[in-house]
Amino acid sequence: MRVVVWLLALAAAVPAWAQSTLDAVRSKGFVQCGVNTGLAGFSQPDSKGVWRGLDVDVCRAVAAAVFGDATRVRYTPLTAQQRFTALQSGEIDVLARNTTWTISRDTSLGLNFVGVNYYDGQGFMVPRKLGVKSAKQLSGATVCVQPGTTTELNLADYFRANKMTFKPVVIEKLEEVLNAYFAGRCDVFTTDHSGLIAVRSSRAPNPADHVILPEIISKEPLGPAVRHGDDRWYDIVKWAMFAMMEAEELGLTSKNIDEHMKSPNPSIQRFVGASGDIGKMLGVDNRWAYNIVRQVGNYGESFDANLTPLGFERGLNRQWNQGGLIYAPPIR
Amino acid sequence: MNARTLKRIAIQAAALAAAALVVWFLAHNTLANLEARRIASGFGFLQREAGFEIGESFFLRYSASDTYLRALAVGVTNTLGVAAIGIVLATVLGAAIGLARLSANLLLRSVAGAYVEFVRNTPLLVQLFFWYALITEILPHPRAALEPLPGVFLSNRGFVFPTLTSTPVLEGFNFAGGMALSPEFAALLLGLVVYTAAFIAEIVRAGVLSVSRAQWDAGHAIGLTRRQALRYVVMPQALRVIVPPMASQYLNLTKNSSLAVAIGFPDLVSIANTTINQTGQAIEGVAIIMAVYLTISLSISAFMNWYNARIMLK
Repeated sequence: MRVVVWLLALAAAVPAWAQSTLDAVRSKGFVQCGVNTGLAGFSQPDSKGVWRGLDVDVCRAVAAAVFGDATRVRYTPLTAQQRFTALQSGEIDVLARNTTWTISRDTSLGLNFVGVNYYDGQGFMVPRKLGVKSAKQLSGATVCVQPGTTTELNLADYFRANKMTFKPVVIEKLEEVLNAYFAGRCDVFTTDHSGLIAVRSSRAPNPADHVILPEIISKEPLGPAVRHGDDRWYDIVKWAMFAMMEAEELGLTSKNIDEHMKSPNPSIQRFVGASGDIGKMLGVDNRWAYNIVRQVGNYGESFDANLTPLGFERGLNRQWNQGGLIYAPPIR
Repeated sequence: MNARTLKRIAIQAAALAAAALVVWFLAHNTLANLEARRIASGFGFLQREAGFEIGESFFLRYSASDTYLRALAVGVTNTLGVAAIGIVLATVLGAAIGLARLSANLLLRSVAGAYVEFVRNTPLLVQLFFWYALITEILPHPRAALEPLPGVFLSNRGFVFPTLTSTPVLEGFNFAGGMALSPEFAALLLGLVVYTAAFIAEIVRAGVLSVSRAQWDAGHAIGLTRRQALRYVVMPQALRVIVPPMASQYLNLTKNSSLAVAIGFPDLVSIANTTINQTGQAIEGVAIIMAVYLTISLSISAFMNWYNARIMLK
């Protein structure tokens, strides 16, 4: 049980902050990033073994900001149950693993969420042949779910609130829980809506055999998190994420940012580090944001590369001035 | 007291003090780190509402509005249930296979030998996945359930059978009424029994072989059949060899039941893991898991020691 190993690490850890996370990351030469064990579009190795996804791009952006090199990341694939202990014990520097930001996690788990990189909500998927049209018809159903997630709690809440009953089948590994669902052990698979889309398009033997029900039963703001108590590192991860969002708003992409290096627009000048000393304030190179956009791309590019091919809509994850919720505070 | 004794005592006292110091350092440091990282500690969470559902519970009623304490109690009873049934079935199956390996019948002997070699030499986790996949993939959906006997249904939702007070009927998604064994329980029990029986078979075989050939001959000489000689002459002597290693097998079976987490049976580890993740209190959760397994294991050991003392030649 890996949890036990991390607990030992927690027990043996040098008493609180002999070294800041930034210094530790600089001296080892890479960012250790906790990601999903394999969720298409968010974090999954491609056919060459290179990790790709929206969450993976947060890790790469942090590496680009700290080292000027987006490839200096090592990934730790984590199950839902392992993720918080891995962060608490110092095994990883950043947790970018489609994790829902809730008050109890933020206050009692010794971590801080840096923001939201995907606005999600929980949904249900059922085999088409069951003929179910609404989640309200699911009373008595057997539901496949992964343990230790907000999903498990929302599920129980939703059925209680609607005076319905269900039987959960709780399996930790995504692979195994999906096998159980596709084998017909459960009538329903539930997870975040994004997860359902990813699973249906990448894992279902025939995607058309499964329908995602219209009900969204919860708010699931997914975002990266860092250890509580290291504000400097918190700032770097937070602004690495925001830089990708700001770049999209400014119209900067990995393709055109070099042309914009001499742009007269003062916002762009500050952003690329041609003027001001924002990088210095963060404690990184002044061209940190340029490096992020040049090497990783802006938020929209990351979304288009990772999620659009799987059939995701931008939806809530459009920029604020396009009717969405993606809103980076001013970089100035 | 001479100087050597004094020196020995001094060394032991120093070793003990060093060990105590290490434990104190680890405990103190953990608490300091928890405090610094603002991670909650203590067992207060046990009284909070759990908020998650549990798939099956043999003895206790449970719903999502119950406390974590009750959820964990469900986990403990589920673990005890599967371990107790598993121990009984594994003993029966293991003894049968062990004796079959000593049979005069070549076919029976070879089949039993192949069983032991095959089962003992593949990992238990893989076997559990195999049984679980077999049950969920091969059996039909409840709407097309097999009905081998009236009122008894086999489907990929499990094995449903009538009780004195209610008979199962198909209602919406699944069967309602009657008693049900879930595929998770069935796969776990099957996996544990089949796996542990292979080891028990070898212990039984070794026990029987440890009794000298002359004892069999003596039995036959006074007119006992082969079966009677085994029952009245050989077995009582073989038990002295069989019982001590059996205790280890029972402990193994109980602890191996924690692999349930991989196939979704809500045993103690599965529920404690969920609790740990919902509350973030990993140290307390792991302590509870260890305390429960330690208690179960020490009880099994105590019982087996008592039984061993009882069957000793006096």
